[in-house]
Amino acid sequence: MTLLEVKHISHWFGGLQALKDVSFQTQNEILGLIGPNGAGKTTLFNIISGFITPTKGEVIYGGQRIRIHHLRPYQTVRLGMARTFQIVKPFATLTVEENVLTGLGMPFYPTSKALVQRYKTASNMEKVEEILTTTHLIEYRNSPAAKLPIGLQRRLEIARALATGPKLLLLDEPAAGLVSQEATELSDLILNLFHQGIQIIVIEHNMRFAMNLCQRIVVLNQGEMIAQGTPSEVQNNEKVINAYLGQE
Amino acid sequence: MSSGYIVTILTFVAIYISLALSLNILTGYAGQISLGHAAFLGIGAYTSAVLAVHYGLPFWVDFLAAVVVTGMIGTILGLPSLRVRHDFLVLATMGVNFVVVSVFKYVDFFGGAMGLVNIPAPTILGLTFRGGAPYLTLTAIYALLTLAVCWYLSKTWSGLAFHAIRNDEDAAASVGVGSARYKIYAFGISAALAGGAGSLYAHFLGSVFPDNFVFVESIGMLSMVIFGGIGTLRGPIIGAIFLRLMPEMFRFIQDYRFTLYGALLVLMMLFQPMGLLGKDSWLWKFSTRVWPGYRTSKREEMP
Repeated sequence: MTLLEVKHISHWFGGLQALKDVSFQTQNEILGLIGPNGAGKTTLFNIISGFITPTKGEVIYGGQRIRIHHLRPYQTVRLGMARTFQIVKPFATLTVEENVLTGLGMPFYPTSKALVQRYKTASNMEKVEEILTTTHLIEYRNSPAAKLPIGLQRRLEIARALATGPKLLLLDEPAAGLVSQEATELSDLILNLFHQGIQIIVIEHNMRFAMNLCQRIVVLNQGEMIAQGTPSEVQNNEKVINAYLGQE
Repeated sequence: MSSGYIVTILTFVAIYISLALSLNILTGYAGQISLGHAAFLGIGAYTSAVLAVHYGLPFWVDFLAAVVVTGMIGTILGLPSLRVRHDFLVLATMGVNFVVVSVFKYVDFFGGAMGLVNIPAPTILGLTFRGGAPYLTLTAIYALLTLAVCWYLSKTWSGLAFHAIRNDEDAAASVGVGSARYKIYAFGISAALAGGAGSLYAHFLGSVFPDNFVFVESIGMLSMVIFGGIGTLRGPIIGAIFLRLMPEMFRFIQDYRFTLYGALLVLMMLFQPMGLLGKDSWLWKFSTRVWPGYRTSKREEMP
């Protein structure tokens, strides 16, 4: 099922064109988004998740085909889209547990529920426990997020995103800065989430990580989509090789 | 030292505990640093004073009016926080403080530089609270009430939302928190609680002058929050007690009060940025080690 459709997205930052007419769709898959530095990957993520409104083009989401490119981030979360950040942004002063709790139905403005209802209910704590078990963070549940090493902070961001109950998960360089053992564990986690029925788009710099994990890959270079296909198709694509290694 | 003198000091301590706790909601919880909190104290005090002196309304009416009016004005004055962040917000709140004091000073309705005098002692259910121990009780009850509000707030979704916003607004948005309205709400509730303290302040002194609410007073309040431990419940209380009592206990430094506040702030920032009793402070760690049961079980070190 097509959950997300990106149609003719172009975006300028002042005079700089960051994205040029990018279009693709997700199928039921783990989709990789790769490309050299400055290719526009994170900009595209920011557009999809509502942090940036694109200059041109549309983002269409879900079975109801909602045009979401004008929505704010907290509205896209409500539709079932969650994301992590390239530069990790856990809530540093909160514990691991509290970080995950923030995702469990926080009212997006101060409604009466927000003012009166406590967040540490038995049912919420049960959900937190389940999510922390899935993401192998349960032993750190009471640690302040700031004290976790970077690899665990990345996993915590995934856990927090999962708490929002996403149908589509956008992961921005989840394997950056991880040693290979950690990257393998992360790969397993992402696959596991996919098998639970969550569609995933992952930006990745680590080629081997992306090639092993993703069923299909979209390649961006200087804001343009230069290829898409299975990992092996993409790997042998001449444009991709040129983009990464430079032309002779 | 006469007992009347001690009671007066303690009454001020109680009022400043409420003020520091209310500022802590905005600055400690929601992360919006404000150098204009004295303006809210002033708005509460003047609202009460005007209603009592000009219109002769009973205490409970002008007290509630002070809470509501200050809360509403705080909500409006919170709007700049949507457009400016961090250091610029600090400047904006400073500006608000100056403007509010000028209004008190130059609008005749508020008595001008001569202020408003002859504010009657509050009467509740036929009992008149004229200074002394009864008034101290009243202010202590209000301090406890403020503490209760802060405590409950920290357990609710909005308390969690404040923490999220303070940490990172983008990340907060990514879990579905619309920062804007929560920030406005933080301004509103913080101001409302300060307004109540203002009402008690006005009725206690019996008079209000614009100079009671100047910018340095705001610095004093922020010092209390930071000195004690920003973002905690115990911090602002200890900060208010310590910074109000110290100049009284050592009268010779009274004239240098703000020099001392400034120096203390610098030292705290250098050596104990989380405050005297903040989460990672030496004193707090020491006390939880000596008395482990006191440590709230949830915040343990990493395994």
